[in-house]
Amino acid sequence: MSTHAAAHHDAHHEEHHDTGRNTTLGFWIYLMTDCILFASFFATYAVLFMNTAGGVSGKDIFDLNLIAGGTAALLLSSITFGFAMISAYKNNKGGTLFWLFVTFLFGLAFIGIELYEFNHLIHAGNGPSSSAFLTAFFSLVGLHGLHVTAGLLWITVLFIDIAKRGLKDRTVTRLGCLSLFWHFLDVIWICVFSFVYLMGAM
Amino acid sequence: MSQHDHDAHSHGSVSSYVVGFVLSVILTVIPFWAVMTSAYDRATLFAIIVVTAVVQIVVHLKYFLHLNFSKEGKIDTLSFIFTAIIIVMVVALSVWIIYESVLMMMY
Repeated sequence: MSTHAAAHHDAHHEEHHDTGRNTTLGFWIYLMTDCILFASFFATYAVLFMNTAGGVSGKDIFDLNLIAGGTAALLLSSITFGFAMISAYKNNKGGTLFWLFVTFLFGLAFIGIELYEFNHLIHAGNGPSSSAFLTAFFSLVGLHGLHVTAGLLWITVLFIDIAKRGLKDRTVTRLGCLSLFWHFLDVIWICVFSFVYLMGAM
Repeated sequence: MSQHDHDAHSHGSVSSYVVGFVLSVILTVIPFWAVMTSAYDRATLFAIIVVTAVVQIVVHLKYFLHLNFSKEGKIDTLSFIFTAIIIVMVVALSVWIIYESVLMMMY
């Protein structure tokens, strides 16, 4: 990046700094309330996971190879989103679009794996209505999956926005919020695979 | 220049994302490997899973979400710590109450 471009970028950044910062802080506080929503779902799961109603328990149904695949996809999507953010701050439109697209593909792979798992469980007769354990399991993992799906929609919308109108300051602020959302979902996923899958399978 | 340094710090650089990613991969592989090979007894596995999860969350907060104690970033970090305390109370106390009641009903 040339000195001129850097100076231009900084001046630009300074000008809109306050509104962008407030937006990001507001979004962060929303994420904190979302954290509490997830915490209550985790608490529900912790309370109910032993109530299998004579049916399957976590040990019987969790396929760790599948979960490792999903985890890898989500972790890779985290770093590719980081690269999209860096490209956006450098005002590199092509790079931002490329990395957003890669992030979208990894997110889609994660959702695909999750849907495959859910479909497999339901067809084997272990749907969410079979036991309190399965209800809590589908609710918690499904809630995370819904968030990732919302993130994928958001990536699509911003991709079109950036492709059509370029990287305006407002768009970069929105991308910053999406970045927080996406990395936040990865943090939730760490808790899901640790406390639901790994502890359930051990 | 200081403005630029600050920017690099709060938005992250390629190297900081790569460091965060490599640490996350290591901290993910360890518990998966431990559980899939069942190389340890339950208590050890439990400890490995909890410790690697907590460390990985801290890695994500630092390298991906860029939480820090700088003047500007402090409020994010403090609101996260506040939320974490609420979560510990919601989850830990619920689990404590329900497990105690289960024990009392059984014996």
